[in-house]
Amino acid sequence: MSFSLTKDKRGVVVVGVDGQLIVGNRQELKQKVLDALEAGGKKFVVDFTKTGYIDSSGLGVLVSLSKKIREQGGDLRLAGLNEDLQTLFELTKLDTLFSIAKTPAEALAAF
Amino acid sequence: MTAPLRLDVRRRAAGGEPATELLLDVPSHLEYVGPAVELIADQFRAPLPLSGSPGRPVAPGLRLLSPRRVRFNLRTALAEALANAIAYGNRQDPSRVVRVRVEVTVGAVHVHVTDEGAGFDPTAVPDPTLPERLEREDGRGLYVLRSLVDHVAFNEKGNSVCLTLLAG
Repeated sequence: MSFSLTKDKRGVVVVGVDGQLIVGNRQELKQKVLDALEAGGKKFVVDFTKTGYIDSSGLGVLVSLSKKIREQGGDLRLAGLNEDLQTLFELTKLDTLFSIAKTPAEALAAF
Repeated sequence: MTAPLRLDVRRRAAGGEPATELLLDVPSHLEYVGPAVELIADQFRAPLPLSGSPGRPVAPGLRLLSPRRVRFNLRTALAEALANAIAYGNRQDPSRVVRVRVEVTVGAVHVHVTDEGAGFDPTAVPDPTLPERLEREDGRGLYVLRSLVDHVAFNEKGNSVCLTLLAG
């Protein structure tokens, strides 16, 4: 269970969520993304390809990060959601708040 | 995380019907949510033996949820209920525990999550999908929980919730 941050050639920060994004580890993700934002990152893609499940605290941290990043003139997009995670975003109506791509490559191409 | 979690598995007859009961005490620290959820969800992933003794058959009841419902509905709903109990119920007080009792019968799984707090009024929690609440960080737990299981019931005090997942 961990988070990895990598930068592509154009400076887009790809955040991989391996395992879970839940109440027990959401602060770790928040801090890592905020550090990258502070270091000048503006465009972020959160990659859920390897994510088991997300709880409402995990959703909450994505909402607050997205807001902060937009305030700094950037954007946070999501990619790689499986059917269950997509359902979770739909039932909480958060699919209306985020730009969601099928794959990280698609999200990167759209930036 | 210091203390290991210990799951207690019991077989019993409920009104003549065979049933299995899983009991787990979870310390009031949010780091325990993930491991506690996995420990319980693992009991529903066939063909694992019930309590780790090789060759012992799995209780028929423990196969009654589809793998997807275990992976998604049970895990997410249990994580929500535990996080609420630890954070809002027990206020992360280390002297308090959250008790999880899972009753598995032929037709359904009932997950009882009980904290030692003062309880709350679940009807007073606003809808997090309202446009003015959509960008808030917190307040989605109960809504997510209700969306993922077949039935949610609180006791009168509001410190114990029962999540029911029907077979399927």
